[in-house]
Amino acid sequence: MPQWEIEIILARHLAENLALPMFIVDPDGNLIFYNEPAEVVLGLRYNETGTMPAQEWTTIFHPMDPEGQPLEPEELPLMIATMKRHPAHRSFWIHGLDEAMRQIEVTAFPLVAQAGRFLGAIAIFWEVPK
Amino acid sequence: MRVTLWGTRGSLASAGSDTVRYGGNTSCVSVEGGEGILLVLDAGTGIRCLGQAASPDLKQVHILLTHLHMDHLQGLPFFAPLHRKGVEVHLWGPASTTLSLRARLLRYISPPLFPVSIRELLPDLHFHELPFGTIEMGEFRVTAQLIIHPNPTVGYRIQGHRTALAYLPDHEPALGARKFPYIAEWTSGYALAEGVDLLIHDSQYTDAEYQERVGFGHSSVRQALQFAVLAEVKHFVPFHHDPSHSDATLDQLIGRTVDEIQPRFQVTPGIEGLELDL
Repeated sequence: MPQWEIEIILARHLAENLALPMFIVDPDGNLIFYNEPAEVVLGLRYNETGTMPAQEWTTIFHPMDPEGQPLEPEELPLMIATMKRHPAHRSFWIHGLDEAMRQIEVTAFPLVAQAGRFLGAIAIFWEVPK
Repeated sequence: MRVTLWGTRGSLASAGSDTVRYGGNTSCVSVEGGEGILLVLDAGTGIRCLGQAASPDLKQVHILLTHLHMDHLQGLPFFAPLHRKGVEVHLWGPASTTLSLRARLLRYISPPLFPVSIRELLPDLHFHELPFGTIEMGEFRVTAQLIIHPNPTVGYRIQGHRTALAYLPDHEPALGARKFPYIAEWTSGYALAEGVDLLIHDSQYTDAEYQERVGFGHSSVRQALQFAVLAEVKHFVPFHHDPSHSDATLDQLIGRTVDEIQPRFQVTPGIEGLELDL
C-alpha cells in the first residue's frame, strides 16, 4: 500500500491540532484531508467522505465573488497554489451544505519539499465576521 | 542476508555493569550478503568493533547514515576499514536544503570538537546525498525515505534476493496523532516497513517517559510494537534503548509489552552482538 509523503503526514498532524479550518490537496488538486473545523463549514465528515476529487470540492460550495458571480475552480486560492505553485489569497462567498451563506477569507500555499518535489498545497480559511 | 547489531543504545553511549548484556554502544548495524559488499547502518560507537571484525578481504563498504545526530556519527573516525588501503568506502546521508553532507559532517569532525579534520583523516571517503527512490548497492536494493524525527532523518528498507530488512532507529510516528497507529497510508515509515522479514525500530521509552518527551523524535516500546503490527512485519527487534534503562529494566519493559500486545510475529530484544540470518 502506498504511503503519503512525510511532509503531507506532518501537515495532517498540524491540521488536526488547529482550530482553523484547513484543507490539504495532492499535486492534482484532489482533497486528501480536511480537519474538524473544516468539517463544520463543509457539513461533511472526513471519515465519511475520505478523499474528494478536485472537480467535486471546488464546486460543492458554489463559490461566488462579492457580486454573486460564480467563481471557476481555477480562481480559487487552493487551486491557484496547486496549479501555479505560488501562494494565493482571496475573500469570497460560499453556500455551505447547512444552507448558510458565508463570506470567507482563504490563504493557500504550495507544498514544495526538498529536491523541488511538489507535494500539493494547503489552504487555511476563516469566516469573515458579519 | 546476515544482520549483526554492533550498537543498540540511543542518545548516549552507556557503558556500565547494568548495561553489559544489551550493550552500551550507540547505533550501528551491519548487513552482509553473498557478494562481498558490506552495508553499515549508522556510525555510532558500535562501528568501532565492526571495523575490528571486518574481513581483511573487504573491498567495498557503504555506510548509510539515517541522520547526523551525534549518537549515529561518533564512531565514524574509528572505523578501521576507512584507513585501509584498497577499501572503497561510500558514505550516504540525507540531504539538507542548505549545506552539503560533507560540510555538515565537517562541523563535527574538525577542531575544536574533534582533533583532526575529516579532510585529513578520511581523504578517500566518497560522500553521497541520498536521492529519493531506490539505489542499487551490489545485491541490495536500498530505499531511503524521510521519517518523523527532528532534522532531516531517513529510514531504510534493504531488499536482498529473497528477504527484506527495515531500519528505523529514530522514529516518532505517533507525533501529533490523536490516535495511534493511524491507518497505514497516514503513518510515517509504513512504506519502508510493510511486510519486511525484519524490522529494527526505535523503542526508546516507557509509556510514561514518552508522555514527558513528545516531540523528541522517539517511540515507546508499545508504539514501536503497534507500528510493527500495522506494518505486518515477520520479526521485530526493539532498538535504540534509552541510556538510563538497565538490562533488568529492558527485560521487564519489552517482556511486559509483548505480553500485553501479543503480536503474531517473533520479537527479539535488540542486544549488542545479536546476529540474525534472513
